[in-house]
Amino acid sequence: MSYIKPKFRHPDLPTNRIGLTEASYEGAISTLCAGCGHDSISAGIVRACWELDLPPHRVAKLSGIGCSSKSPTYFLNQAHGFNTVHGRMPSVATGANVANRDLTYFGVSGDGDSASIGMGQFAHVVRRNLNMVYVVENNGCYGLTKGQGSATQDQGSASRKGAPNPYSPIDLVGVALQLGATFVARSFSGDKEQLVPLIKAAIKHKGFALIDVVSPCVTFNNHPGSTKSYDYTRDHVETGVVMDFVPYQEEIKAKYEPGTTEEVILHDGSAIHLHKAESSYDPSDRLSAINKVQEYKDDGKILTGLIYLDPVAAEFHEMMDTSEMPFNQMGDTELCPGKECLNRINSSFQ
Amino acid sequence: MTEIKKGMPKNVSGLNDFVVKFANVNGSGSSSANHMFAKSIFRMGIPVSARNIFPSNIQGLPTWYEVRINEKGHVGRRGDTCDLMCSVNPESMPRDVKEVSPGGYFLYDNTKPLDLRLIRDDINYIGIPLTQITNTEYKDPRQRQLFKNVIYVGAIAALIEIEFEVLVSLVSDQFKGKEKLIQPNIHALELGYNYAKDNFECPLGIRLERRDLIKDMIFVDGNTACGLGAVYGGATVCAWYPITPSTSVAEAFEKYAARLRIDPASGKKNYASIQAEDELSAMGMVIGSNWNGARAFTATSGPGVSLMNEFLGLAYFAEVPAVLIDVQRAGPSTGMPTKTQQSDVLLSAYASHGDTKHILLFPSDPKDCFDQTVAAFDIAERVQTPVIMLTDLDLGMNDWISEPLEWDEDYSYDRGKIMTAEELEAGKDFGRYLDVDGDGMTYRTYPGTHPDRGAFFTRGTSRDEYAIYTENGDIYVENMERLTKKFRSALEYTPKPVITERGTDKSYGVIHFGTTRAALDEAMDHVSEKGYEVDDLRLQSFPFHDSVLDFIESHDYVMVIEQNRDGQMRTLLVNELEVNPKKLLPILHYNGTPINATFIAENILGVVGADKVQPIHKDSA
Repeated sequence: MSYIKPKFRHPDLPTNRIGLTEASYEGAISTLCAGCGHDSISAGIVRACWELDLPPHRVAKLSGIGCSSKSPTYFLNQAHGFNTVHGRMPSVATGANVANRDLTYFGVSGDGDSASIGMGQFAHVVRRNLNMVYVVENNGCYGLTKGQGSATQDQGSASRKGAPNPYSPIDLVGVALQLGATFVARSFSGDKEQLVPLIKAAIKHKGFALIDVVSPCVTFNNHPGSTKSYDYTRDHVETGVVMDFVPYQEEIKAKYEPGTTEEVILHDGSAIHLHKAESSYDPSDRLSAINKVQEYKDDGKILTGLIYLDPVAAEFHEMMDTSEMPFNQMGDTELCPGKECLNRINSSFQ
Repeated sequence: MTEIKKGMPKNVSGLNDFVVKFANVNGSGSSSANHMFAKSIFRMGIPVSARNIFPSNIQGLPTWYEVRINEKGHVGRRGDTCDLMCSVNPESMPRDVKEVSPGGYFLYDNTKPLDLRLIRDDINYIGIPLTQITNTEYKDPRQRQLFKNVIYVGAIAALIEIEFEVLVSLVSDQFKGKEKLIQPNIHALELGYNYAKDNFECPLGIRLERRDLIKDMIFVDGNTACGLGAVYGGATVCAWYPITPSTSVAEAFEKYAARLRIDPASGKKNYASIQAEDELSAMGMVIGSNWNGARAFTATSGPGVSLMNEFLGLAYFAEVPAVLIDVQRAGPSTGMPTKTQQSDVLLSAYASHGDTKHILLFPSDPKDCFDQTVAAFDIAERVQTPVIMLTDLDLGMNDWISEPLEWDEDYSYDRGKIMTAEELEAGKDFGRYLDVDGDGMTYRTYPGTHPDRGAFFTRGTSRDEYAIYTENGDIYVENMERLTKKFRSALEYTPKPVITERGTDKSYGVIHFGTTRAALDEAMDHVSEKGYEVDDLRLQSFPFHDSVLDFIESHDYVMVIEQNRDGQMRTLLVNELEVNPKKLLPILHYNGTPINATFIAENILGVVGADKVQPIHKDSA
């Protein structure tokens, strides 16, 4: 790393309820390309965690391999991080989460990491409804190996050298919906207004929360003809359902026409307010969400916002019926059945 | 036809020393009857072992169950012959009849006459009309099938003098809670027992006599002992993917955890058993849990270890504890999935790309399986690296007699070097890869420990002592050297080899490991009887303790006995200890059956200069 961030901060910077400034949630200086969408997402994560008053050290951030997977270094310096192997972060996150259910888990992945080499692990972590935020920084290409097309690249989208992609794309949002994901959102790294509330809701959602963020690669996939460029994305994103996140016992700020807003209460009492646009659909209805994603795609548009939410489905610990006490805090008392018991077991083998 | 009738000469003879083999069709319900047979001998106080020889199939193919009885305690395989073959599978009869030792007995269903091509002059034939009896007694085809198995056990009980009361008590144990089934099973036993008593002179030349040699020993398979070891060793997470022959490790963990690891207040589980989508994911979960401070393990076989290679490299380099139980089977590739081998030695020792080395453990019986599984968690957390236990199908899936499992109430888990929130708060310097104690083992923190100290990034990329990413070659080399030092330091925590010295002659020694032990002990008796003094060393772990090199250096030649084609352990010894390869003579058995005493004795005696020995079975021919 070439730069050290200055530690000096303005003394009057605002603090959150646990007395931390937003700067306390930052990470190391990014080594990604200037203008990379991933950095905007890191900033969104910093903002969301700060606004939610999360103690930074109670977050664990995990990633696979690739540009996206470098980004956990660039937020929450006080959180433990684990840069695992390519496409296999979901299994490591599963193990980590099972070991200590009391932390907040952030998984950051990319389109290559999740839709190609890690497609299997992605599918299965969705099925487990693991309690984690899973951010896909989706730029349609392999940035770290200089711009090869990825599995989320749209059919016909041109590479930097102008060749159109012949393959049918994988839409992780569609796949996740089909596999029974309980929180599915899509956003755009250039839309912080939308992204930050989505991240906050994803953190508070008890279960697997996917946010597929179109995050243009300024170096290898930002040219005319690419459907993952800044310009193309800006021109084609459309929000299906506008979402506000309201922490528990906080007043509602946004005002919408009566009758257009629906409130969904999350497990800890915080609320999501959904403001449905005219062309909208029901985000609590999986089939309607699947159809809507496909309709937008057919119209050449990208549906963003909270696409589907099931706030009550059992998450992995509930499925496994595990104790409230985190496994990593258990000692001999909880774990070892002792000598007398072993003697009885011996008798059963005689 | 030399049908054995009252008054027939007793050819083969053996008191508490013989081999009985059952030839069945898999899926026909024979295994519980066969198990009852073996267990009854155990309950009569006589050392016994039982081996399933089965196909990778659920129903319809030939399967065998070989029971070794030996009051000297030799319960490895004797050789490739048996003294009594209970052949109830017409398909395998041609080969079954060939396996009977001269003077031995061939028990078959004589409801239909025996194919004349199956007649040998030198063995005895015992015909029991099993089909006829079951057709008369039972209407339901499934009952006919199941009770046929019980009937032949009853018949053999009479022929070799199994105490009938022992069988009755076993039936009662087996059907505890399903009392309705007890009487019909006893009746079936009686049908066979009485038929044999009425038609043959009982006992045969081979027979049993009650002894008191079992004492407090147990009769259990290695996988069950591993699963129990994981419960006792404090594992909270078992992540696994189904694969023969390891699946029953995870099943045993789950079975015992469900009884022993329930939080009394809430009724919830103090464990999780996760069936992963594949072996890669299973190992990923193990690493994630261990990284986060919970003891986690996986059980798999060779193909799974191949898939886990990338993750094993990560755990080695990022220094995350992991416990892997590899129940080896015959490779390469899918190989012979239901046959045994010791052929994952090199794969495991150096798993993954780049320079890697892993700690290996080699259990030789169920008690080892239990003890070493418990130890594996301590070693993995102390050394912060993967520990791979190499057991095999023979040990994992068959019942062995074993010393009882023991637990020391004063022992508590060694969680290795962990820096606590209090230490961080007090200002203790924390460098995740900083070797403060000089043993190469460094301190770690669990995620979430302290608000502003002790966080670090775990990665598979190179980093400095404070876990900061670096591609500086000097720092990289320093770190790699520390990992080598750490691997050596592990010797303080790993089980030492077991050396048996048999005399002053140091011309020859033997090195072996794992399940070769049982057959080797018997073979060594035979070698000694021939007047040769051959010491042996049983490896229990890798890296090798200094005593292994001492053993090799103090003998002119050392035979390395193993169950694979390429002499993998020999290669590892040559590579790691830099000994002259010519000193290490390979003795290799790898046809998928467990190595046997006859094979070992013949090969050792072949090396030490004796003539080919007589088959070990002293009374045959």
